[in-house]
Amino acid sequence: MATKYDDAPIGIGSPLSRVDGKMKVTGGARYAAEHPVADLLYGVVVSGAIAKGRITKLHTDAARAAPGVVEVVSHLNRPHIAWFDKAYQDQVAPPGSPFRAFYDAEILYSGQPIALVVARTFEDARHGASLVQAEYAVEPHQTDFERSPEYKPKKTRDTFVEPTNRGDEAAAFAAASNKVDVSYYIGTEHHNPMEMHATTVQWHGDGRITVYDKTQGSQNVQAYLVGVFGFAKKNVRVMNPYVGGGFGSGLRPQYQVYLATLAAKMLERSVRVVLTRQQMFSFTHRSECRHTIRLGANDDGALQSIYSKAVTPTSRFEDYMEPIANWGGQAYRCDNATMDWAITAIDTYTPGDMRAPGAATGMTLFEMALDEMAYETGVDPLAMRLTNYSDRDEMNDIPYTSKALREAYREGAEAFGWADRGRAPRSMRDGTELVGWGVATGIWDAMFQKTSVRARLTANGHLEVATAGSDIGTGTYTVMTQVAAGALGLPAEQVTAVLGDSDLPPSPIEGGSWTAASTGAAVQVACDAVRVKLAKAAAKVDGNPLGGAAVDALRFEDGRMILAADPSKSVGYGEAMTAAGLSEIVATEAAAPGPLESIAEMVGMKKKAKNTHSAVFAEVKVDEELGVVRVTRIVCAVAAGRIVNPKTARSQILGGVVMGIGMALHEETLADHRIGRFMNHNFAEYHIPAHADVQDIEVIFVDEPDPEVSPLGIKGLGEIGIVGTAAAIGNAIFHATGKRVRSLPITIDKLLD
Amino acid sequence: MIRFGYDRPSDVAEAVRDGNARGVRFLAGGSNLVDLMKENVERPVRVVDINRLPLHAIEAQDGGLRIGALATNSDTAWDARVEAQYPVLASAILAGASPQLRNVATAGGNLNQRTRCLYFYDNTTACNKREPGTGCSAIGGVNRVNAILGTSPACIATHPSDMCVALAVLNATVNVTGPLGDRAIPFGDYHRLPGEDPSRDNMLKPGELVTSIDLPDEDFSGHYTYLKLRDRLSYAFALVSVAVVMRIEDGRIAEARIALGGVAHKPWRSKTAEGLLVGEVPSQSAFLAAAHALLEGAQGQGSNDFKIGLARRAIVRACRQAADGTPQSQIDKRVA
Repeated sequence: MATKYDDAPIGIGSPLSRVDGKMKVTGGARYAAEHPVADLLYGVVVSGAIAKGRITKLHTDAARAAPGVVEVVSHLNRPHIAWFDKAYQDQVAPPGSPFRAFYDAEILYSGQPIALVVARTFEDARHGASLVQAEYAVEPHQTDFERSPEYKPKKTRDTFVEPTNRGDEAAAFAAASNKVDVSYYIGTEHHNPMEMHATTVQWHGDGRITVYDKTQGSQNVQAYLVGVFGFAKKNVRVMNPYVGGGFGSGLRPQYQVYLATLAAKMLERSVRVVLTRQQMFSFTHRSECRHTIRLGANDDGALQSIYSKAVTPTSRFEDYMEPIANWGGQAYRCDNATMDWAITAIDTYTPGDMRAPGAATGMTLFEMALDEMAYETGVDPLAMRLTNYSDRDEMNDIPYTSKALREAYREGAEAFGWADRGRAPRSMRDGTELVGWGVATGIWDAMFQKTSVRARLTANGHLEVATAGSDIGTGTYTVMTQVAAGALGLPAEQVTAVLGDSDLPPSPIEGGSWTAASTGAAVQVACDAVRVKLAKAAAKVDGNPLGGAAVDALRFEDGRMILAADPSKSVGYGEAMTAAGLSEIVATEAAAPGPLESIAEMVGMKKKAKNTHSAVFAEVKVDEELGVVRVTRIVCAVAAGRIVNPKTARSQILGGVVMGIGMALHEETLADHRIGRFMNHNFAEYHIPAHADVQDIEVIFVDEPDPEVSPLGIKGLGEIGIVGTAAAIGNAIFHATGKRVRSLPITIDKLLD
Repeated sequence: MIRFGYDRPSDVAEAVRDGNARGVRFLAGGSNLVDLMKENVERPVRVVDINRLPLHAIEAQDGGLRIGALATNSDTAWDARVEAQYPVLASAILAGASPQLRNVATAGGNLNQRTRCLYFYDNTTACNKREPGTGCSAIGGVNRVNAILGTSPACIATHPSDMCVALAVLNATVNVTGPLGDRAIPFGDYHRLPGEDPSRDNMLKPGELVTSIDLPDEDFSGHYTYLKLRDRLSYAFALVSVAVVMRIEDGRIAEARIALGGVAHKPWRSKTAEGLLVGEVPSQSAFLAAAHALLEGAQGQGSNDFKIGLARRAIVRACRQAADGTPQSQIDKRVA
């Protein structure tokens, strides 16, 4: 089903335009650094210059003497903060000791914040920051992760999936008639959402603080601030009603919220801290990766063996790892598969989850290696994937709740015109350009997390649905609005969604593509509870026209309860509430995975795999002489369960695909290992796709009914769009040029001989 | 960013008086200076805002054009006379930056923009251009954007301009004024090589101000191109760019001028290379010979080694585009 913006009814499936769109494009939506607060002080971060060592002297006198400067906060004068690591470990912290800015004189990575200059104006603070000088005792560092020893920590992240191996890979590989044995590399990426990380702490003076933070989880930040600074929970309110993108950079509390709160507590004043774009390169990032892949296959393309090992760096202070190596072994039928991983510790900040962490790296590189096998065996790359297709999660040997990937391949191939592809590399040409077509598979988790929503219906027919969760630009406000509108039969204009406030009912951080499924389900159950209360209230109406009918016997449409058996009989919501003496009906309900399911997942006994899939087809045109690559067409066919809103859903996939283009061709943070520092820390030299790099993108959602994956059959779309895209482009470049580049991004130098 | 004084003179004489002191910077469009001030790379004591000076005009002159130092890049690129007589200049300007930046960036500012070397932009590193005598971190470092020609042991920075590469083949003249009066500098002598003093990008003397750029009475609109290769299809500095203008008479090249951008501390030309083409029938072998001559002495620095081969191919391609009268479009990103 191609996306069309036809008129559709309210509720799930309607292409409702962003309900927050107008606020955003007219400047009405306030972001973390934009909330007006009286008597505000401004903090500007001073960043460190070395990768490892100790600050021996911090010269702050000149800054203190500068006009407007109120204080220079550093390890020398910070107020008390918690001692134990536990206090700093947020909901998604990997095992280890989370970074604590200004804790002591130690330097753990280059770009680490070493001081915060607080002043009456932003300009004064910025001037003051330029006057702070540090002296260091420099110690030897290592930032080249391939020169640090590999290890597997005893404790892994809660979300990490230890691979399960099967068969005898070594023997099967030795016996295979076709072999691919390759090493792939992908460079470091920094998330770089449009909105810089920023925090405004409002100091109320009565023990309470309100913290406007750029975060993907208001309650995660609230718990962190309570733990680190010893506030009472009731005194810390964290707000993030609008978030200018995240991609994972705001999953964990980042140092700007810590610094702003530290300064506010120390000075007992309201403080705002905004990072610069350059400082956006001074914390978490998608780690680079060395991925070794070895495949054995029969002449018909049937895989006989899979070996996949991913090595990634982590910081010296936390053990961060992603499930990178597993995906190919899960996706394809193959009797012999060994997946392995290791991390190495280097002197950087801890890497973090970035859009489809693990899969965006691992599936991309695996799909490029699989493409190599297609050419090795002479099997069409799409046929190769169908030959090895599985309806089961091959790694865990369990079925999927649904997997319409076969349909995605078919509909995607049809839309793309794959059948017209010339087989051999360099066989298609358009003037001076070589034309290449590539395909790749995408896979991501379809997760569902416990979420609570409060629904409040007032007698004037207005419905508000509220939860602490976040809309990081993905469309959560819109999804909540339409689910609620559908559940209670109200026009979208009569529904208000409220998000981004830690005082609201509990919600997990916004990540993992689980928000639409989880928040949507919670909105549904909260509205269901309102319906029950409405039905009861209807019985109080004079003459009881609905005869005390139970909620199941009623239709909720156009603001009225209508007797299903006799539609001539109906009661308006306001009428019922007035009769029952109710000015409002409030229901707070949680949607959560069933208890059995939760336990099964915890002990690794889950019965069915829950995943989204995609088939990505890419066309590139490469100037034969110069290696200039143009991605002229992409078709991304997605199997992701029920599509809540085809318009916002398409936007999610478009964004993922564009980020995939960047992963394929542009994005890379370059480190100078001599000084242990990322060097291209600005948007002039860290390249993301410009408009000219983005041409035709077609998004297809295939039909995939799935009542099991989540209560509303929703799977989530935030991440699947990036998975596979870079591989499809890399494979298309090979098809065009005959040159296999095993290092992403594929920059022009890699295509020259 | 540090505190600074600010003047906004209304005539050139006043600006020259204001500008004649240490630590003063002239501010035009600000698209580079302000960025560098935010990074504390430029730390002017005083900024002299010259936007009110009467230097915005683009005027016909002796069959050529005089482009005021404050004419914006957009005004210049879309000027009908520039488009007709100097399309290589229009093309080069449109290959650079973004419409928003071109709307504020000026002709004089374009000449005086600083390098994009990663280390120049990062105060925590050694850089002879930023802080003379500290050393060059780019040598042996992350240097894929750096120079392959005319480098010195003190600096391997490039001049990042597109516009200047076109001005180089147009044999423009830079008019400046200053405490010691007016003078005219041939474009090829305006920028300098780093040598032992990379802190100086050009031959301007202290206090001197660019007032205009003269384009001579010539017309290469039949055979020209500006070909720019970069890390994405738009809005990135050149890894290598090539401006070419030619006169072709009776099927033979009567005159050819080739300048390279993104490879040296100044737009790079070679009389020898250009001389090799004179009298030749346009051909791949002639272009290749010129490319080799133009790149003579090119030296990679590690991660920019690829630029030598890329430049060679780009020169040949750009010569072909110019000779064939099929200049590179800056809208269609397909290489012509």
